Formats: sequence, C-alpha cells, structure tokens
Amino acid sequence: MEAPIRAREALGFILFSLLFSICRSSSLNHLLISNAERRIDLSSHIVKVFLTLKVENAGSTPTSEVLLSFPPTQADHLATVEALVTKGKRKKTTLVRLDVKPTELPDAPNDAKYFTIYLANPLKSGESTTIEVLYLLTHSQEPFPAEIAQSESQLVYYRDSALILSPYHIKQQATFIKTPSTKVESFTRVEPSNRAGTEIKYGPYEDHPPYSFSPILIHFENNSPFAVVEELVREVEISHWGNLQVTEQYTLVHAGARHKGVFSRVDYQSRPTLNGASSLRYLLARLPPRVHSVYYRDEIGNISSSHLRTDSRKSELEIEPRYPLFGGWKATFVIGYGLPLQDFLFETSDDRRYLNFTFGCPLLETVVDKLTVKVVLPEGSKDPSAVVPFPVEQHLETKYSYLDVVGRTVVVMEKKNLVPAHNSHFQVYYTFKPIFMLAEPLMLASAFFLFFVACVAYLHIDLSIRK
Amino acid sequence: MATMPASASDLLKSFKLKTKQQELLIRVSILCLVYILAFITRLFSVLRYESMIHEFDPYFNYRTTLYLTENGFYDFWNWFDYESWYPLGRIVGGTLYPGLMVTAVLIYRILRFLRFAVHIREVCVLTAPFFASNTTLVAYFFGKEIWDSGAGLVAAILIAICPGYISRSVAGSYDNEGVAIFALLFTFYVFVKAVNTGSLAWSLASAFGYFYMVSAWGGYVFIINLIPLYVLVLLITGRYSMRLYVAYNCMYILGMLLAMQIRFVGFQHVQSGEHMAVMGVFFLMQVFYFLDWVKHMLSDTKLFQAFLRITVTCAVAVGGIALGLGMVSGYISPWTGRFYSLLDPTYAKDHIPIIASVSEHQPTAWSSFMFDFHILLFLFPAGLYFCFKRLSDATIFIVMYGLTSMYFAGVMVRLILVATPAVCLISAIAVSATVKNLTVLLRSKNKVVQTGSTKGSGGSKSSSKALLDQSQPFQKNGAIALLFGAFYLLSRYATHCTWVTSEAYSSPSIVLAARGAHGNRVIFDDYREAYFWLRQNTPQDAKVMSWWDYGYQITAMGNRTVIVDNNTWNNTHIATVGRAMSSYEDEAIEIIRSLDVDYVLVVFGGVTGYSSDDINKFLWMVRIGGGVFPVIKEPDYLVNGEYRVDKGAAPKMLNCLMYKLCYYRFGEMLTEYGKPPGYDRARGVEIGNKDVKLEHLEEAFTTSNWIVRIYRVKPPNNRCNIHGQSGTCNPQNLGVCLDLLGLVDVNLGNAPTKPCCSLIEGLVDLEGAVCLCTAVRANVLGIHINLSISLSLLLRNCERKVATEYICGP
Repeated sequence: MEAPIRAREALGFILFSLLFSICRSSSLNHLLISNAERRIDLSSHIVKVFLTLKVENAGSTPTSEVLLSFPPTQADHLATVEALVTKGKRKKTTLVRLDVKPTELPDAPNDAKYFTIYLANPLKSGESTTIEVLYLLTHSQEPFPAEIAQSESQLVYYRDSALILSPYHIKQQATFIKTPSTKVESFTRVEPSNRAGTEIKYGPYEDHPPYSFSPILIHFENNSPFAVVEELVREVEISHWGNLQVTEQYTLVHAGARHKGVFSRVDYQSRPTLNGASSLRYLLARLPPRVHSVYYRDEIGNISSSHLRTDSRKSELEIEPRYPLFGGWKATFVIGYGLPLQDFLFETSDDRRYLNFTFGCPLLETVVDKLTVKVVLPEGSKDPSAVVPFPVEQHLETKYSYLDVVGRTVVVMEKKNLVPAHNSHFQVYYTFKPIFMLAEPLMLASAFFLFFVACVAYLHIDLSIRK
Repeated sequence: MATMPASASDLLKSFKLKTKQQELLIRVSILCLVYILAFITRLFSVLRYESMIHEFDPYFNYRTTLYLTENGFYDFWNWFDYESWYPLGRIVGGTLYPGLMVTAVLIYRILRFLRFAVHIREVCVLTAPFFASNTTLVAYFFGKEIWDSGAGLVAAILIAICPGYISRSVAGSYDNEGVAIFALLFTFYVFVKAVNTGSLAWSLASAFGYFYMVSAWGGYVFIINLIPLYVLVLLITGRYSMRLYVAYNCMYILGMLLAMQIRFVGFQHVQSGEHMAVMGVFFLMQVFYFLDWVKHMLSDTKLFQAFLRITVTCAVAVGGIALGLGMVSGYISPWTGRFYSLLDPTYAKDHIPIIASVSEHQPTAWSSFMFDFHILLFLFPAGLYFCFKRLSDATIFIVMYGLTSMYFAGVMVRLILVATPAVCLISAIAVSATVKNLTVLLRSKNKVVQTGSTKGSGGSKSSSKALLDQSQPFQKNGAIALLFGAFYLLSRYATHCTWVTSEAYSSPSIVLAARGAHGNRVIFDDYREAYFWLRQNTPQDAKVMSWWDYGYQITAMGNRTVIVDNNTWNNTHIATVGRAMSSYEDEAIEIIRSLDVDYVLVVFGGVTGYSSDDINKFLWMVRIGGGVFPVIKEPDYLVNGEYRVDKGAAPKMLNCLMYKLCYYRFGEMLTEYGKPPGYDRARGVEIGNKDVKLEHLEEAFTTSNWIVRIYRVKPPNNRCNIHGQSGTCNPQNLGVCLDLLGLVDVNLGNAPTKPCCSLIEGLVDLEGAVCLCTAVRANVLGIHINLSISLSLLLRNCERKVATEYICGP
C-alpha cells in the first residue's frame, strides 16, 4: 500500500514545484532593471559591494519578489546580503530594510545561487522602485604571488564579472571598483573601461540579456592585513550577583600571502613601512562600555602588550599578538572581561528574563570562519530559548562551575563565515527563581558549620580505647 | 565594682577562659596566622607578575602534570617522551620523582570534585606555598617535640618567612623541593616522635613520610644517611633502647620496601653504595639486640666480654666481606659523581663540568648564608648550646641534623634549603629559651612587687625578700634590655625576610622586568614570545637545538622536540650540542644535520643588557664540548685567559657558530645613544665581527628585544645548484653552461660538463633545453656560438634525450 501513496506524494510534489517555478518564471519575465550601478570596495580584505538597482515591473501582474543571483564561487564566500529601499519623497527619505532570503531555483544556469528580496509593497505593473543592496564577500582576494618575502608588498587577485549577474534584463549598468592604492598590476579590459587613481570603471554597458557574464581579473596591491579568526568561542556567563563574564577564545591567522624565508627583526624595526607592510601588528576590539577586569592571555600566560581605553559610550581594547603576524602565521589567545549585569539583563512582562548581547566578534575588520556563542545561564534556570536575527545552529549543553550541583544550562549557537556586520544583538530568554541565588552561600555556610561542629565534637569525645 | 549586678559578673566569669584554655586559644590563633603568613608572603610574584610557572625545571614538572591530568596515572607511569632528547627520547615515568605531580593532581581532583573551577596551572603555582604552610605546622610540632610548645611556635614563625626556604617555595616555583622539604621535616619529626615514644604507629608514619619523600625528591638520600648516623651516635653514646630499636627497624624495613615502588629509585636501597650505611646500621642493631639478650641471659660478665669481642669481630668481618664482595661483583654500585661532589667540593669542578656549570651547585659564599639566614646564623650556635645543655634523644637528633646539613649547605648553594628547617628549629630553641629565661626573671620580680604593694605593710618575710631582690637591680633592667634587643633582632629578621622575598626570590625569570627611563616598569616577555612563535608557526615535528638550559621551557611552552634539556642524564649528547655551538659553521652544520635539527635557538642579551645569555654561558659549552670531544680546545677561544667578543677576541671565537648566531646583523644595530653600532650592552663592548654571514642557516625569528633568536636550518643545496631549487629554470645560474658552450666549440671531447649537467638535471628534458636557450638568449657572457649544434651536443653530453635537431626558438 505504501508505494502508491509515496508515488502520489511525489507526483504532488512535482506538480507543486512546477507550479512554483511557473509562478517564478512569470515574475522573472516581467521584471527588468532599468538602471544598475555597482560599487565594489576592495580596500580591506572584506569585499564590500553596493548595488543600486532600479527595478521596473514590465509585466501585467504585481509582484513583490525580486531575485538576486550570484555565481557559485561568490555565493560560497558570501557573508551577508542586505537590501534597503528608500521611502518618502525628497528630503524626508528613510531607509527601510527588506527581508532577504536564500532561494533555490531548479533551473539555475551554471549553479547560480539566488536570494529573494521581499518588497514591502508589491510592485504594480509599470511601476518602478530603487533597491539598495549591500553584500559582503570574505576570502575573495587571492594572494598572488602566494608567497612573499618580508620586504615585498602583498598583491592579490580579485575575480568578478564586468556585467552584473542577474536573472533580469538590464538596460543600463556600470561598475566601479575601488582599490586600496593606485598600485594596480593589471586588470581585464572590457570596453568601455578605464582606471583613474584608485578607481576602475567598467561600463556603462547597455541592454544586456539575463545571465550575462563577462569575467574580469584585477591584480592589485593590498597591504591591509588579512585578519581571519578561524575559530572563535565566546562564552557569556550570567551571574545574578551582578556580573556578566565574557570569555573569548581566538584562533587568529593572517590569511594573506604566506611569508617566505627570513624574518629580520632589524629590518622590521628600522624600516617598518617597507618591511612587513602587510603584517598584522595589532588588532582593535570594541567592547561594551563599563567593561572591567579585562585580561588578554594565551596558553602560556599573560600577554603584556595591550591597551584599554574606556569612555562612557564604548571601550576599546588594543591588543598586540606576541609577535607580528606575517602571512600564514598563527596566534591563539583568550580575551576575557566582566560587564555589569544590569546593562544586558532585562525582564519581560511575563516574568521571564532575557539577556541582550551582541553576537559577532568584537575585533574590527576581521572575518570569523566559525563562531560559537555559549550563553551559560545561572544554575536552576529553566526553559531557555534564543532569538537570533539570522539563522544559526543551536543546541543545549551542561556546564559545571563553582559549587554547582546540577550544573548550568548552556545555550550554544554556531554560525559560519561572519563579518563585523553580524555584530547585532541577540536575546536568550529563560526563567529563573531568585531563591536559587542563595543555594551556594547556604551550602558554604552549612559546610563550615558542620566543620566547626565536628571540631567541637572531636574535642568532647574521648576516642581512646584504654582508660 | 560593687554596684555591678552579680548576675552580670557571673556571666562574664562563665565566659572567661581558664589559663590553659587561653593559652590554647592563643597558640591556635598564632599557628593559624603563621599558616596564612607563610602562604601569602610567597605570593609576591603572583601579585607583581602573574600566576605563572617559574624558571626551568618547574616547566618540566608542569608539563608532566598536564600529561598526568589528561592521560591518567598509568599512561603517565609508562610515558615515553619523544619530544625531549631527540633522537633518544626519554622514559619519563621511569626517570622522575612523581610525588610532586601526583600531589598536585590529587589537589586538583579534590578541588574539581568540590566543584571549584580551577585550572591545573593555578594548582601547580600554589602547591609550593601550600606545602610551605604545612611545613610551618610540622615545624611547630617538631619544636614542641624536641623542646617545648614555645620553641615550636617560634620555629613555625621563623621557618614561615626564612629566605632559605622561600627561595624554593614561592608561588610558581613548582619544583620537587617545594613538597620535599615538607616531607623531609615530617619524616624527621615523626621519626623522632617514634624514637621518643617507641610507638609502632609513629614509626609506621615515618616510613610513609619517607616513602613520600622518596617519591618527591632525590634528597631522600640525606634522610637515609642521616638516620643511621643518628642511630649510630645513639648507640655509641649508650642511648640504645627498645624504643630506638622499634622505631628504626620498622621505619627502615617498611620505608625501604615502599621506596622500591618508585621506579626511578628501584632497588637502589639494596644495590647502591649511597644506601649501604642504613643497611649496615640495621644489621648492627640486630647484633646489639642479640648482645643485649645474651647479656641478659649470661650472668657472668667475663664470659659476656669474651662473647662480645667475638661477636663484634665476626659481625664487622662479615659485613666488610659482604660489602667488598658486593662492590667487586658490581652488585653494589659505587658512589655517583654527585655524591662525591657533595663530600668533596672540588670534585665537580675537576671531573663533571656539567654539574659545575649550574650556578646553584657552586660552593656557598658567606654572603649567601647571611642573605638566607640573617640572624639565624648566630642564633644557631646559641641554640646548639641550649641543646647540649639539655641532651635528649630528640635534641641529639636536631643537633646532628643541624651540623650535617650546615656542612652540605657550605658545599652547595642549593643545599641551604635542606639546612633551613634545622637552622630554624635550633634558632627557635635559642630564642625561646632565652626569652623564657628572661621573662621568668621579670615575672618573679613583678610578683614580688605586686604582693608587696597589695599587702601594704609587709612582714619581715616580705621585706627580706625585697632586700634580696634589690641586691640584683641590674638583672631586671638587663633582662628588659635583652628582651628588647631580642625583639629588635627578630623584627629586623622579619623585615629582612620580606625584603629578600620581594626583591630576590619572586622573579619568574621567564619574564624580565626593568625600570624605564621615566621610572615606569618595562617588561621583556621575549622568552614566551619566541616559544609561542615556535608553537604556532613551525611544523609540529620540528626539532629545536638550543643549549640545555632552555630544553624544558621549549618543550613545555613551545611544544616542540628538543635535542637536549635540563635533565642532564646524557653528557655526550649535551657535549655534541656544545661542540656544534663552538665550531665553525661548516663543521657545525654537519653535526646539526646529523641530529636532524630544523631550528637553532640562541639567547642573546646584547640589546637589552641581559647578562645570563648564551655568550656568557659559552665557556661551559666549550668546556663540556671539549670534555668529550678533544677537537674543541678551550685555549682557542681565550685571549689572555678570558673570553672576549670585541676586536681583541680570538679568531675562533669570532667565527664560531654561537658568536655568529648571536651577532648576526647586530653590527647594524644602534643599541645605546652615543655608542657605535654593534655595541653589546651585556658585556659593554663593541663587537669584533660586525660582518657576520650565515651560509647554512637563516634567521627565522628574532623577538622584539632580541633576547631570543631562532634560526632555520636551510635544506642542503642541490649539487652545485647555487640558488634555485631543483626543477625550476633559473637562467641566471646557467652561466656555467654558457661557459661550457663556449668550450664545447673549442674542445668537444673532454669538456668539464659535470657542474652544468647537475644544474639542468632537475629539469625535464625539453624544459632543460628551453631553459638553456633562454639563458643563451639572455647572453649572460656575451659569447656568440653556433647554438643549435653545440646545444644538442651539450645535452647529449649530459645524457639528456632531446631530439638532436632541437633548435632554439626565436
């Protein structure tokens, strides 16, 4: 009996997806982009792309979905995609953020990956709107040569397309690429294209059909250090006695061109601009205000080269690794700090508590390949649930800390490929009875009491066998 | 007073403690305070630096402790360590005293069980202070046993802050001595207690104390020789008793059996010359007991005398023969060099340079006695005087312990540590007895004065007493003055100890601190910078060669394999490293390659003025290397009997590997204002060889203050390949071939083709030809030849299969 059911299900599914794709293709066919402008910022190792699309509904039915497409190589390195739309007229414009969700399309040419932008108001036939899209790419600049000596500067490749990859017809488009310096070894020419200063302009190109692609390769100097945190584990421990303890374990690597041959300290010290220009000398971490008891250490002890600057709005921790990081060099370290609990812990109306804390890595201009956030709730807290603005993997763990009997619930969240743009807030909700706070002091007090009682008893009892 | 309600005064009375209870309360609170004081005075380094492991050996202990926590006891016991003594390795479980690690892990497990989220490092750092606190308790009970509770309290206070002990027990000095001094004193205390009581329980406890000592430190040899010596003295002085017999026999037999459980010690108790005294005394005890019994049975003294003579001669003869046979057959090993060097201070200097090279093995200077003991140094003889005045089994023990350990303390700086408890105890007897005598004097007077005043008009008795008292007016004043003097001295002692602890003994020696120009504190963290670099940026299996001092640190912090380390069991291996360091680079590279070394690490203080660097240690490398390999001759490095690094230095010195590695590119460096470049601040001279060129090694890493410099050993060159690696075309290098091409034209038959062929050997046949063509086109030498013909000839000469008609492209 089972087989026919399954067959029917499968048939239903196929029908459904067919219907779906027809819907899709209808919206695909009727939209077109009248004007597109793309600005690619290559000044750091995180590639920032600003895309301005003027979308026009040339079809007859209103639609509220706009598709973005990416070549598969880029999609793998895509850290975040945001879409904004301007609202209001003239001076009173406000930017409204739109929902963006990754989408699978069955008939994608060359495995192109899609994101769907959901417009707030459906675009009626004949209307047009302007969408601003911002997306960030990590690991997209490939060092070439892959190995450099200390005195050489770091050259990288950046690959993209001169034409914007889009499922829609684009009437007019232009791409501007900003390089970190004027030193550009070479770039692919797709006429009309020209270079002025630190900017390379491709376009304007007119009337390109959907999925037009014209690969370009730019070879330029980028001496900004490629700070990549391969793995970061952030542990946030809540103590209802008034402290929030944060411990962050980093595995930092310089992902730029690998260092080759000699490291000469005398050159590095005497001519710092010429020698080791791409080396990573220090990092800046932006911590919340009112941070206290900050430490910076690694497996073998404290690292003395760090500075903390605090003011009422933020705290800045400048950390230097034990040694300057050249391409391919690694360093692991731990940063820890305490925060006043009242800044981050709040109560909801239904008597639940929630922690409101930033998700991402506090280091500036740093890519995190894998981030694990652990929120250690106080002993005795129940029903934890986390609210994160982007999809993460979640599970629960138990941790034993000072004087714990049943252990503390740990909410673990994992995410891959993060950029500083992910530093948004997340919330962890839980219920907690304040009486549990007294458990540990009472336990200690009773232990001491028992000890003294035992002492008194010992002094008053005669244990000798012989009288 | 009278208006006070009776009930209240009753209540007050009920709260009032009896004198005995008061005394107990005061004693317990003093002990508690001393316990805490002993702990916190050792925390200077934690407060000033951080909670970290100090110096050299503690890093090995820390590493093994980590291994023990991670892998459990059995793995630890069977651990073969591949990371040290490459390529030999080290059987760690069988070559260490596990007491310290097991203790730390036990404390760690207990704390973890009680849910204290501590790291094993914190436990290790605080183990020594914790045991120092425990030692003060033992010192109290020991003092109480040999003199009285007052002396015990003073002993506890003295030992709590005595610099001689603090030097090895500050927080972070995670070394065997930290727990061993506790074990040593505990064993002695319990043994003396056993001798005093004749109790089997106490002597069992002393056997276990001894076992703990054996498991913790090689210094147990001191116990196992001091106790028989003490027993012998008691026998000679006619103090033999049943108590002594029980205490000694039980302690020896059980202690020996337990000690055999420690793998590193094994059967040494019955096989080694150092342990024979205790066995001899054991048999002597049996003979004594037997004689005693015979004496008891025989009523005739004359007969007994004859019997005594025969038995003693027989016993001595049998003992002597057994010892002789054992020695000859090799069953009993002779005394080791270390033991000899204890008995004869000059022995190490002549025979074992590796022992002599360690600063803590030098004979003690008077100043360090003063530094470590301060007033105890002259309280010690006074205490001896009191001990001799009140001789008992216990005081005889402490006198013997004091005298022997003082002798050893004179032989080696390091052994001041062993003498410290004895010195503290004997000094405590002096202080306690003096103060007691003085206060007794004072109090007896006060009583008289009091009684006189209260009774008002005194009878004839009291007036006569007053007269008697007035006859010694100086006595009272003198006593007060002496008391003040004593307290002044003791307070000086306390300030001295605190000062020494904070200034001299609380530096981790991994992190160096100095005062900057503006009085700010400058920290040189170069060691950890280098070790962490090694840990993160070198291949996992990289082998690092350095002088043996840094071996433990490199394995513990850098997590890399080392050639030699601080466990100096293999003199030849260390000498090989010393030889490599003191040879020319060409010779050294052969040794380095034979040891499969990837990195060479040197410590250099020329930039910072850090004086305990490798150049200052260089004489030991030469001596130890020269001791095994006569190729290294010390006079080659000396100019007028001293090591110099400036222009007047010996040529061998200026070109040996150590010099080159330390001063590589140092000639370009300006270290001090107003001094020429290449001015060595540690030695205060301008270096003699500023143009150091390295051929087989290249600089891999130098720390920010140049204290540690790491060099990478370059892979061997391909035969006659000058720069490029094999398989790559480097037209610049093919000048040799071009030369040859010119020659080929002239003389085809016997052209010296070898260097050229090896150059293009790595290239694929066609590639070789193309590469040659490029070289020819670049026309390095400006020769013009008939390319296609000579090229194919040349290639055929090199046995490369290229089509003979190959023509260079346009």
